[in-house]
Amino acid sequence: MQQRTLIQVEDLTHVYAPGTPFERVALRQVNLQIAAGKRVGILGPTGSGKSTLAQHLAGLLKPTVGHVLLDGVPVHSAPRDHRLQVGIAFQYPEDQIFEQTVFREVAFGPRNLGLDEAEVTARVRWALEMAGLDPETMSQRMPFTLSGGEMRRVALAGILALRPRVLILDEPTAGQDPQSRRGLLARILAWQEETGLTLVIISHALEELVLSPAEGLGQAVERLVILKEGQVVANGPTRHILSDDALLNAIGLEVPEHVKLLRALRQRGRKVRTDLVSAAEVATEIAHIWGLTPPPSPSPRRGGEEERRA
Amino acid sequence: MRPFIEIEDLEYVYPSFIPPQAGGQRGGGEQITALRGVNLTIERGEFVALIGPNGSGKSTLARHLNALLLPTSGTVWVDGLPTSDPRHLGAIRQKVGMVFQNPDNQIIATTLEEDVAFGPENLGIPPDEIRQRVEAALAAVDLLDYRLHPPQMLSGGQKQRAAIAGALAARSSCIAFDEPTSMLDPLGRRQVMDTIRHLNATEGLTILLITHSMSEAVLAQRVLVMDAGQIVLDGPPGQVFSQMERLRGLGLDVPPIVEIAHWLRGWGMDLNNEPPILTVEQMVEALCNNEL
Amino acid sequence: MNQFFPGLYLPSDSPVHRLDPRVKMSAVLLLMMAPFALPYPEPVLSVVEGPGRRDGFWGYLLLSAFVALVSVVSRVPLLALLRTLRNLFWIGFFMFFLYIFTTPGQPLAAWGGITATWEGLLAAGAQIYRLCLLVVTASLLTFTTSPVQLSHGLEALLAPLEGLKLPVRELAMVLTIALRFVPTLFEEIEKITKAQRARGVDFRSGGPLQRARNLVPVFVPIFVSAFRRANDLATAMDARGFRCSPHRTRLRQLHLGLQDLVAVLVVLGTVLAAIGIERLA
Repeated sequence: MQQRTLIQVEDLTHVYAPGTPFERVALRQVNLQIAAGKRVGILGPTGSGKSTLAQHLAGLLKPTVGHVLLDGVPVHSAPRDHRLQVGIAFQYPEDQIFEQTVFREVAFGPRNLGLDEAEVTARVRWALEMAGLDPETMSQRMPFTLSGGEMRRVALAGILALRPRVLILDEPTAGQDPQSRRGLLARILAWQEETGLTLVIISHALEELVLSPAEGLGQAVERLVILKEGQVVANGPTRHILSDDALLNAIGLEVPEHVKLLRALRQRGRKVRTDLVSAAEVATEIAHIWGLTPPPSPSPRRGGEEERRA
Repeated sequence: MRPFIEIEDLEYVYPSFIPPQAGGQRGGGEQITALRGVNLTIERGEFVALIGPNGSGKSTLARHLNALLLPTSGTVWVDGLPTSDPRHLGAIRQKVGMVFQNPDNQIIATTLEEDVAFGPENLGIPPDEIRQRVEAALAAVDLLDYRLHPPQMLSGGQKQRAAIAGALAARSSCIAFDEPTSMLDPLGRRQVMDTIRHLNATEGLTILLITHSMSEAVLAQRVLVMDAGQIVLDGPPGQVFSQMERLRGLGLDVPPIVEIAHWLRGWGMDLNNEPPILTVEQMVEALCNNEL
Repeated sequence: MNQFFPGLYLPSDSPVHRLDPRVKMSAVLLLMMAPFALPYPEPVLSVVEGPGRRDGFWGYLLLSAFVALVSVVSRVPLLALLRTLRNLFWIGFFMFFLYIFTTPGQPLAAWGGITATWEGLLAAGAQIYRLCLLVVTASLLTFTTSPVQLSHGLEALLAPLEGLKLPVRELAMVLTIALRFVPTLFEEIEKITKAQRARGVDFRSGGPLQRARNLVPVFVPIFVSAFRRANDLATAMDARGFRCSPHRTRLRQLHLGLQDLVAVLVVLGTVLAAIGIERLA
């Protein structure tokens, strides 16, 4: 597959409230390229600038210095239709719901695009199905009567219905319990598979980006960009970053428990790999190093269950 | 001595109102039994984690501890006082503090110290003593430097610690936490959990922690598992988490370390069951002792 | 959007900042009522016939000088004060046209049947000035008094009304909570606006009807979240014993000091002098 740069971030600097006592530099000279169809995770603690970067990618903020280009055209200053090729879901997207029926809520985006009703209806149906909501029973429901998880999926369907080429999700699983989280992540990855869109997931915890819901899917994101205090401190394939001990120490990244285990074993001199992303892989690796003979494949995780439950 | 919390045959039913649907369907009332015959005692100084799938009744149970909810049938005693008696309401709410999930929606004042003072103010404590208590409480959660900060300048973790300080200022001997870290980032989560452990260990504060994170649940001395309004498992974390199939069946996670240990044992590694292996440190020790 | 304090409060250690909020609020009330006790400004007469006539000139001068003095003492930046006047632009605009065309006198210019007069010009100026004085005086209060103090002061001043069964404490709490959430609300509005922009809403174009309709996807979510928030807050307040005891105390007590006595005397003196001058002139 051709590696075509879809998004180009050049020397991006963003300053909030310049010239006032509340001036704050949120991003400093960020350079980044995202190829079409890829899955990228942007990671960083609170205040690292990741939400600001997400908004720039969606063309919602004007760069203080630098450019953000989509297909070579700056996203912010371009006509609305260009910008709307990038869909963005903020944290707790269910907060933006305002319509009286699920149908109207999901149709809001497509209608703003000026599409005819037939197309709008088709898109709403498609988006609801992708979100795991049955169009027949859900369309006329009042969104505010749904459960939190369902509301979130309605909100995401509303963005999906725009059929964006790029989908940015700011902490999509915020506030959810582990099962719902895995289910939602699996669904998001399925959207990416099905539509070939470029996926950017913003998160503050690596745990949310490397949990593989089902064995075959691999990592949730292929590449990680790590931000700290507005600057990019790491940018590369997920597994590379996970195996770079020095880097992980330097940036103080919070890693999942099983990766912590591997790193701790490594510190004790055991030659384990640290670029593993699931408990199953970790157990297998330990068994291998310790000279046990594990069965051909460890017990599969309950992939189907989460999808249904989410 | 009587246990601090005693719950006997607690049942709670709450009416649920379904609003009319947009398509013209009529609304209606429906009763939901959230708690079915819960029996539980918690001793002073215990650190108890409460886990369970959504809808199992965890929050509902917690709200009976400070009389935010009253039993439909059965009795709840807090330090010997029955919650159903309105005369004890003030005392009960002073003894049991509560920290909720949303850090923003608990802070009512415009500065940190004013918010922490809210509890003592409600109790009618003299102003000089309020001042002392507020300072002590802020020091205990390491937020003394932020006393004049407005809430919007505090991080999520700091806000939750502020809520804890509020309970300390009211001299609560027990704090119930309803998913206090689910809206926080990793740093905030760590700060809050460190504070909880510290207060339990050094001040003997009784803790009830509702959580979805198994990494947090393993820090407790005792784990309660709820399902469909009842407590189905009750014991130390090593014991509860060894029941992996049961937990899986309820749709719950098992801490990653426990899972890894389980697999390794299944493949023939001799890993101790007592003391249980729950944390990274314990696993590393056990593995390194298992070389030969 | 990370304002340090909601509203206009600018922390500082000036003598004005240190005054008891009750004193400040009462003083501001008095200073705002004073202009209405002065004669209707007819500066025209001063210009034409020299000062000394009963036109309020000296009274306004005294009040203005006093307000200017307080601004200096309070160390509030002049720019900040002037910026508060920006909000009056449309009212000022309206008043300008109202007075210039409806005050009889020497014609200045005429269009059709409407005549603008010199007197009207001066009257408009005077009225706008009076309005600015009021706004600056009120702003001095909010610049020098923190939200906590405002709420405290209000509660203390209204406390006697509790005897009339008015829920003074609850009202003060409502005020505090409202002030507390102003910045949070601003952030939320910003977030929702961006989210809806990302779904294709164009807030900047369209006629008045379209713009009004564009507000729905912003206001409905904010409303819903406000209700949810209120519910959560009420639960938290209950859990912390808000309604359990009839005797609520406060962390901070308001104490009147020497500086407050001096301030009261000075303000009273100035206001009485301003009114008095006019009677004597």
